[in-house]
Amino acid sequence: MAERVIYAMYDDDDVVKDAAKKLVANGIHIRDIFSPFPIHGIDPIIGVKHTRLGIVAFFFGLLGLALALFGMRYFMIVDWPMNIGGKPNFSLLENLPSFIPVTFEFTVLFAGHGMAITYLLRNKTLPGMPADNPYPRTTDDRFVMEIFVSDNEQFSIDDLHEKIKATDIIQLEEKDYKKIK
Amino acid sequence: MEFQISAKAKKVIFGLVGVGLALFFIGIFLDDSDQSKTRIFSNLLINGLFFLFISLGALFFLALQYATETGWSVAIKRVVEGVASYVLLGGAIVVAIFLVLTFTDGGYTEIHGHHLGHIYQYFDSEIVNHDKIIANKAPFLTKGFFWGATVVYMAIYYMFYLGFRKRSLREDIEGGTKIHFKNFAKAAFFLVLFGYTSSTLTWHWLMSIDPHWFSTLYGWYVFSGMWLTAMVSIMLLVLYLKSLGHLQVVNNSHIHDIGKWIFALSFLWSYLFFSQFMLYWYANIGEEVIYYRFRFDNYKYIFWGMFAINFIIPMLILMSREAKRNIGILVTVCFIIILGHWADMFMLVTPGSMGEYGHIGLVEIGLFLFFAGVFAYWVLNTLTKAPLVPKNHPYLDESKHHDI
Repeated sequence: MAERVIYAMYDDDDVVKDAAKKLVANGIHIRDIFSPFPIHGIDPIIGVKHTRLGIVAFFFGLLGLALALFGMRYFMIVDWPMNIGGKPNFSLLENLPSFIPVTFEFTVLFAGHGMAITYLLRNKTLPGMPADNPYPRTTDDRFVMEIFVSDNEQFSIDDLHEKIKATDIIQLEEKDYKKIK
Repeated sequence: MEFQISAKAKKVIFGLVGVGLALFFIGIFLDDSDQSKTRIFSNLLINGLFFLFISLGALFFLALQYATETGWSVAIKRVVEGVASYVLLGGAIVVAIFLVLTFTDGGYTEIHGHHLGHIYQYFDSEIVNHDKIIANKAPFLTKGFFWGATVVYMAIYYMFYLGFRKRSLREDIEGGTKIHFKNFAKAAFFLVLFGYTSSTLTWHWLMSIDPHWFSTLYGWYVFSGMWLTAMVSIMLLVLYLKSLGHLQVVNNSHIHDIGKWIFALSFLWSYLFFSQFMLYWYANIGEEVIYYRFRFDNYKYIFWGMFAINFIIPMLILMSREAKRNIGILVTVCFIIILGHWADMFMLVTPGSMGEYGHIGLVEIGLFLFFAGVFAYWVLNTLTKAPLVPKNHPYLDESKHHDI
């Protein structure tokens, strides 16, 4: 049997926030909220964990730093020692100041790009990937809550519907959950 | 008003001042070297400027918040004003030190008929007459120019601080947006003036200690340190006031934001430190690298130690979100940065004035504690004079609901 999911549609970000607060206070678990823009402060309400993207960025930064230093050591010290302005050209450590700008840029480049690519991969939103928002209007002016029936088995279906309808919704729909990706 | 300096705080502050003075005098008594006079002047200048710069950084930050019409910082505005208020006392102290140095021709010591150990060599005509490089830098390196510029700087800072403070207190009573927009215009004007004067004042007051040497990045470098130490002081004060139960409207997000400033400004300072160093290191021109060469040879541990402390500790410790919301970590890092930047100021003054004889001993520690006590008392005393949270600022409500 396919999983049943309730979609509740709203037309304002503050309304959806208040509704989410009320529903969560009633013990209803909200799986996700689809919105055209980030709604400030919604994450703690529906219990989304804080992002770990910063940790990813840190390690990508470290990778960039290491790569830049290894690269500079190979290009400028080992493979073809370059004498620029009489700077010590057989030692990475003594010549380090001249490699710092490159190392810094590489660190930033890797941290930035690594973070962006990780984000797109994790969200499955790389260019060309199919959209998985249930209602196309959530990219325009609608806000949709996704509530799984299986997450809220302590309530009967009718009870659930009634509780959700008590908030300022515009539309409520229950259907089979269709996994897009 | 609502905040009073507690008896315990008074005891700690008077203790600091007393212990500081005692250490200072013991240090002078024990120091019978030829450098003791220069050492006293150097330390007065280091601490005078270090704490004046904290208040200038706060004054700048205050103007920045007005000019950018920032909402979140309204809740901590009185704390920023409190730190900035030290400009009144700190400016007077620094001017007094300058007066003494002027009348003693740079504070030299006469050894075997030679004038040695000046703070400002160009105050002494004996030196200027035999030093073509300094003589060629006239009229910039002269007493007259120095004083003209100093008077202008002090007048600007006094005037704008008093103006901001007056309007801030009047806003509490009157409300409305008239004062807000006046502050906006005045702050924008102040930022322009501060942009020039913060750079040039470091040439007069600090860079001219090494009169043969110059650096175009110097002003920014010192300014980034000013701003950073100001943010650190603001953070410590906010945490202190919160621990006493004041500043209820300041929440974790405000503290997180001040923490971000400390983190970012530590990077700005390190960036400018390294930029200045790398350009000289790369060009490797004799009369320029001598400045760094001298510090490497004679102050290796303080010089690299303070760079490591001021760069690596804030970077690694304050990087994560949780650290910027953890009071224990913040207080520790703040105190480390204060010490690190005091060492930075030590490195700006001492090698130029005392040559290879500079070191950190009782005189240095004592005078730092003394000034820290005076600074803390002055700032806390200002905080008692007005409500800790402004009453009628147009963005007060936004600040109360600050959430990141």
